[in-house]
Amino acid sequence: MIAIIDYGAGNIKSLQFALDKLNKKSVLTTDPQVIRDSDSIILPGVGAFKDAMDAINGLGLTKVLQQEAAGGKPILGICLGMQLFYEKSYEDGDWEGLGLLKGNVSKIKDTVKVPHMGWNTITKHKENPLMNGLPNDVYVYFVHSYAVGSLEEDSLVGSTQYGGVVPAIVQQGNITGMQFHPEKSGDIGIKLLKNYGEMIS
Amino acid sequence: MLAKRIVPCLDVDKGRVVKGKKFQNIRDVAAPVELAKRYNEAGADELVFYDITASNEERDIFLDVVENVAKEIAIPFTVGGGIRTVEDIHKVLRSGADKVSINSAAVDNPQLITDSALKFGSQCIVLSIDAKEVAPKRWNVFTRGGRNDTGIDAIEWAKKGEQLGAGELVINAMDSDGEKNGYNLALTKIIAETVNIPVVASGGAGTQEHFSTVLKEGADAALAASVFHYGEINIQQLKKYLQEEDIIVRRDNEWN
Repeated sequence: MIAIIDYGAGNIKSLQFALDKLNKKSVLTTDPQVIRDSDSIILPGVGAFKDAMDAINGLGLTKVLQQEAAGGKPILGICLGMQLFYEKSYEDGDWEGLGLLKGNVSKIKDTVKVPHMGWNTITKHKENPLMNGLPNDVYVYFVHSYAVGSLEEDSLVGSTQYGGVVPAIVQQGNITGMQFHPEKSGDIGIKLLKNYGEMIS
Repeated sequence: MLAKRIVPCLDVDKGRVVKGKKFQNIRDVAAPVELAKRYNEAGADELVFYDITASNEERDIFLDVVENVAKEIAIPFTVGGGIRTVEDIHKVLRSGADKVSINSAAVDNPQLITDSALKFGSQCIVLSIDAKEVAPKRWNVFTRGGRNDTGIDAIEWAKKGEQLGAGELVINAMDSDGEKNGYNLALTKIIAETVNIPVVASGGAGTQEHFSTVLKEGADAALAASVFHYGEINIQQLKKYLQEEDIIVRRDNEWN
């Protein structure tokens, strides 16, 4: 069972539908016990970094997620969910994240339109089972105004180009992040989720 | 590189897709989920659903439509029509929509943009502007489905919308809507140069060239309804054409 952390983030249904298509059982939850009993965790997210961390803290889930991550359980962060993995975000302030990965989150340069909204290509930085069967430069759907920086270079699996290099797929051990929305990226996105499912099983 | 987007728009009345000409003489077209699937397979980058009835009792039918679309297709879609409160926005996002388009309600209560952007993030708050040229190079914002002239300057309202927290603008040129004589290039261009958020051109698409021109003039996406509904323009062919015109578009879903 996949535990999708339901901390009030916008459109979670689409993610569930995508997992249904892959015959992956999932449950929306904020219950620490359900999260601990799950096989893997997905941290979704749209909205503001601070609100999300406040919600996660308020639900008493910060420790739970940190402990599960440290225990080796596969965790996938999508969009803001990925950003929450990092140490710090400078989104309208200076906020502490879950600290599962080294790096921080800051606003995309305003030399380009912000939010970064629409279909953009992924450039592979290294071979990874997530990209099995996918060529370079596949299009996926991005919607975000902030991006991860100062990350550990060998955690970068794929990036896109938007006002500079934007980390698109990151992975370190059991922690995986996708800055785009695989559940909204058509067949490519479904294939990425399928690869992820195979990788962690 | 970020691709320019092609966005079919579906007006939904009591659970069915319809298409009006200048917002009147509405004609029934098809079931929303079927059309959505067809467009997805043809390579649409995004979809927009407008609930054009938006009376309270019919709202629930529409939420079912939203949920069924989310179930069937894995591309982003926006929902608009009758959105008046933060709670309305919450409902459509929870039903599976990615973005919400606000029109009249934002004019009546600009704070709605800010409140909802703070709660759900700017990226899912789309400000839709119905604009009509009332004097040479002067466009006013209209509300209530195009019946009410607010007297507000459309360009100023676009700027204000960005400041209030909208993450995207849809500029619907009422003069050209349904006429198939091309998008309003002047208005789209001015607004795209004025704001630093994505701008979607709407109203007037009739030929492939119309898409090409407006995307070259600065629009980040081009929205259309009837040319797609009636099969006058095929999205696959349109994207091939746009690529030949050196416009970056997402093409070809083959990966295995």
